[in-house]
Amino acid sequence: MIKLEHVSKSYSAGVPALNDVSIHIEEGEFVFVVGNSGSGKSTLIKLLLKELEPTEGTITINGKNLGAIRRKQIPRYRRNVGVVFQDFRLLKDRNVYENVAFAQRVIGTSTRKIRSSVPMILSMVGLAAKYKSFPKQLSGGEQQRVAIARALVNQPKILLADEPTGNLDNHNAWEIMKLLDEINQRGTTVVVVTHNMEIVKAMKKRVITMKKGVIVSDDKPGE
Amino acid sequence: MIMRISTFFYSVKQGLKNIWRNKMFSLASIATMSACIFLFGLFFSIVSNFRAMVKTAEEGVAVSVFFDEGVTQDQIDEMKQKIEKRPEVAKCEYISAEQAWEDYKNIYFEGSEDAAAGFADDNPLANSASFSIYLSDVSLQDALVTYLKSMDGVREVHESEVVANTLSDFNSLIGYISVGIILILLGVAVFLISNTVTVGISVRKEEIAIMKLIGATDYFVRAPFIVEGITIGLLGSAIPLLLLYFLYSKVVVYVADKFSFLSSMVNFLPVGQVFHTLVPVALVLGVGIGFLGSRLTIRKHLKV
Repeated sequence: MIKLEHVSKSYSAGVPALNDVSIHIEEGEFVFVVGNSGSGKSTLIKLLLKELEPTEGTITINGKNLGAIRRKQIPRYRRNVGVVFQDFRLLKDRNVYENVAFAQRVIGTSTRKIRSSVPMILSMVGLAAKYKSFPKQLSGGEQQRVAIARALVNQPKILLADEPTGNLDNHNAWEIMKLLDEINQRGTTVVVVTHNMEIVKAMKKRVITMKKGVIVSDDKPGE
Repeated sequence: MIMRISTFFYSVKQGLKNIWRNKMFSLASIATMSACIFLFGLFFSIVSNFRAMVKTAEEGVAVSVFFDEGVTQDQIDEMKQKIEKRPEVAKCEYISAEQAWEDYKNIYFEGSEDAAAGFADDNPLANSASFSIYLSDVSLQDALVTYLKSMDGVREVHESEVVANTLSDFNSLIGYISVGIILILLGVAVFLISNTVTVGISVRKEEIAIMKLIGATDYFVRAPFIVEGITIGLLGSAIPLLLLYFLYSKVVVYVADKFSFLSSMVNFLPVGQVFHTLVPVALVLGVGIGFLGSRLTIRKHLKV
């Protein structure tokens, strides 16, 4: 499903953010990527979103080589990858419903379909009652749920989460993790970048640890 | 890519909503655009009036041609045909000797027709049959005069060199000034508007980045901004046009009323005639600047 082969990425300064990284993630897996800041976690997410191009190596997603995707085709590619950020990145001037609906408008979904799918996904993340609220009227945990709903509304096969609990208290962090686990149970491949080791240990999932741009360990549950 | 109808309406709706959401920015852009288009319209009205006055003056400039003695009426008719074929000639009038005397009498013997009666059988202006040639473009007077002098049967050519030269100089002066001022105004408008758009878009950079990360095409991101730009352009040109229309009609009436001695020299164009050209030009200008301004500025932010 997600395959990185000898991927390196250097920024202009010369120090590689990623150095000869190879990862293989199967369909339906739940994977944590952990490491300190500067370990290359965020660069990894950016490469998977094709926000950045690798300096070396190839990335294959769903059997497609990202290097072969032209700029014009990037939007189409991104629609198959749901993404959640630490700072939620919601459109502040639109309510919960519109924020989620937006992901569908982007791909030209009919208004009728949007009207049925958005309430469904909102009730899945537990926000059906707050569909009219604006982001600033919601707690951090709730905002992250909206972001997750937006990431999932187009039913992507992969969900990338970049420090999804970074701005949340412990209780909300756990709620979000449980939700991500549920999503994974339904068949979506989930990749979570985090440095919340407490949660990582308790969840007992595959953990890829990175340090200064290289993978230092890759622990699969039960191994 | 064919745009879905729902996407089209969504873009239009979002564009209009954006204007409202960013009220201050929209207001600033509309005001800037209005100021520029207003100045442009004002200048355009003044220049059109000037041009019309110069044109009227030009139409009064005539070259007179007198004939050699013994030239027959057939020859004169032939000459007239040749002259009328020339592109710089607007009109060629034949004034017979009798007509010339009639005109002369009416002007100089007014009230003492008896004195003139003495010449009844002996036209003192027997050799004064002439052509009065009116030009379509006074700057071509020299060429015409040279041609006329080379014609057989022509005794004398009278021209009003000073008037013609002054008029044609004045005309090209107005031409240069108008092009200059219009270019300056356009430059200022594009600069001010792209500045305002830049400020407006940098505020929404985040929004654009989010759109791109969840898979919006450039087209989808751009469309509402373009709708916004065009609407602002439309408002920014409609407002000054209305204002100018009102002002122009008032000023023309006011000047004609208060300075009636001017009415013989200055003849204002009717408001409809000025706006016949000004309205489409200003609207195209406003919409064009709005469209280009939003399109060019947003391009920088689309590379996410």
